[in-house]
Amino acid sequence: MAASLARLPTAAPSPRRSRRAGDRLWSVGLVAAGGAILLVAGLVILVLGRAAAPAFHALGVGRFLAGQDWDPVSGAFGALPFIYGTLVTSAVAILVALPVAVGLSLFLAEMGPPRLRPPVAFAIETLASIPSVIYGLWGLFVLVPWVRTTVEPLLGRLLGWLPLFTGPRIGLGYLSAGLILAVMILPTIAAVTQEVLRSIPPALKEGALALGATRWEMIRIAVLPTARAGILGATLLGLGRALGETMAVTMVIGNAPEIHASLFAAGYSLPAVIANEFAEATSPLHLSALAALALVLLGVTLVLNSAARVLVLLTSRRLGEAS
Amino acid sequence: MLKTVIAGALMAAGLAAAGEPVLVTGAGATFPFPLYSRWFADYDKVRPDVRFNYQSIGSGGGIQQITAGTVDFGASDAPLTDEQLGRIPDVVHVPTVLGAVVLTYNAPMPSLRLTPEIVAGIYLGRIARWDDAAIAAANPGVALPAEDIAVVHRSDGSGTTNIFTNYLSKVSPEWKEKVGFATSVRWPTGLGGKGNEGVTGLVKQTPGAIGYVELAYAKQNGLPMAALRNHDGRFVAPTIASTSEAAAGVEMPADYRVSITDARGPGAYPIASFTYLLVHRDARDPVRGEAMIRFLWWAIHQGQAAAAPLDYAPLPRAVVERVERTLRALTVQGRPVSLAPAR
Repeated sequence: MAASLARLPTAAPSPRRSRRAGDRLWSVGLVAAGGAILLVAGLVILVLGRAAAPAFHALGVGRFLAGQDWDPVSGAFGALPFIYGTLVTSAVAILVALPVAVGLSLFLAEMGPPRLRPPVAFAIETLASIPSVIYGLWGLFVLVPWVRTTVEPLLGRLLGWLPLFTGPRIGLGYLSAGLILAVMILPTIAAVTQEVLRSIPPALKEGALALGATRWEMIRIAVLPTARAGILGATLLGLGRALGETMAVTMVIGNAPEIHASLFAAGYSLPAVIANEFAEATSPLHLSALAALALVLLGVTLVLNSAARVLVLLTSRRLGEAS
Repeated sequence: MLKTVIAGALMAAGLAAAGEPVLVTGAGATFPFPLYSRWFADYDKVRPDVRFNYQSIGSGGGIQQITAGTVDFGASDAPLTDEQLGRIPDVVHVPTVLGAVVLTYNAPMPSLRLTPEIVAGIYLGRIARWDDAAIAAANPGVALPAEDIAVVHRSDGSGTTNIFTNYLSKVSPEWKEKVGFATSVRWPTGLGGKGNEGVTGLVKQTPGAIGYVELAYAKQNGLPMAALRNHDGRFVAPTIASTSEAAAGVEMPADYRVSITDARGPGAYPIASFTYLLVHRDARDPVRGEAMIRFLWWAIHQGQAAAAPLDYAPLPRAVVERVERTLRALTVQGRPVSLAPAR
């Protein structure tokens, strides 16, 4: 890098000074690259904010966020059903995907025969590269009927006393959306978790084994506590994908802007309603309300990301105190 | 005819730099997009020097684009509202073809007849079972299943929803008051599927489901379609002919901004609608403006033959004659364009 810059006419002839000029150029470039990210993020917020302003102005921020009515005809817009749907489906996705992903990663990194690793790793990568519209179609034609005829009756029979698993069983709804999101974020969480597990110093594990721990005890006392912060980070990546997923969710969530306690009920999510209604929205207030939803989605992502970061920080600090 | 074409071609060639094709850009409705792209391809044989670039981004997007002045023409399934037209008062509606919305269902009946009251009752959530007395009365001799009705609607904003809810608003005062009509509405009941394919998917795999889709989509996919009782009290099956007939029995205002749902006429199918191209009354660009007017002239005459094979309903004769007058009144920088008389 420095050598090539030295040949530039602007660079000074002395090799020492040229290196300094090169360094300076290099650091300017890096600052520009870093600044570009902030600039883009800032511009996104600025443009969305300007587009959303009429809706916030006309409806009031509080009423928009807490409103449960979404009626483009009469101009009543409330974001709560969409915020609720986004959070519930993402929570279901994390609850289902996280244990499976950690188990899968432990199997591949610690327990499973090494020969099995490449094909399983390949399968995970394939899952990660399937376009979301394919997931949506698969969800609509395979997952939803299965959820309606098998999963929901089973959950209703076993856990029907919980309000979470009551109501008519239509297949479409929070549960199906959460399950399809779980499949979609599984590869992300599993891939990062595996890397985290591989980076654990062997001395820790050998120490545990030397103290007479079984393999399971070794994982419990040496592997999982060390990897906790990393696994949280992996979950965060998965959560990011779950919050923003549009196509697959809209095809299986039922698209009803309502709030229900039951996971069997049909709901709606923030990205889904934006994608559904933006193209044909004609009234300025409707368009502005959709932009406001985009801003809300950005806000939800930001809040959850920050919360998760704090959690990672706390976890790693506690780990530092323990060792 | 040939003479006009040659004369037109020569004129355009003279105006445009030699060999440089005229590029006319437009944006809007997705529903007529298959027909429009067919028209652009066919028109290329008539006027190889005119090229079209049409973005099917949805009616709302089309209206925005022509309002912003970024395109030469827009396309919309619904006529502009007074408010929208107030922002672009120089825009003229040109109806191109008609479409219809049909009710498809997943229940073991060979045929189904529905009245406006039944359709509104189902979508309001009042009629919840197939063996409801009202449905039985409209279908004598048909074995109706003792099943719940699963209501399916579009989740994405669409012209199809606009036409369907417009129909419901006309036939049901309760619907008009509670829901109204628009490209997206607050549905009293039911599940949302994305696009015609999403609605069809839900209907096909949910026993007892009913949903609404475009006639063209239903025909191409062989879906069962319900016959509807029209304004004259006759049950009419959705076909190309019955859709065209809906446009014939309507008193047409000068700007074509008319809803033809629940139209009069013994054979008129009640959930039909025009789809429109939106152009400026006086084009600013002389070359593109003239090319657009000549294309529209071609589209309402020769172009109509391409409609039925693609499952769109052609304009009735009376409407074509009116549109001819509209096109003759269009100008390019204040000058009218000489158009050949209809054959």
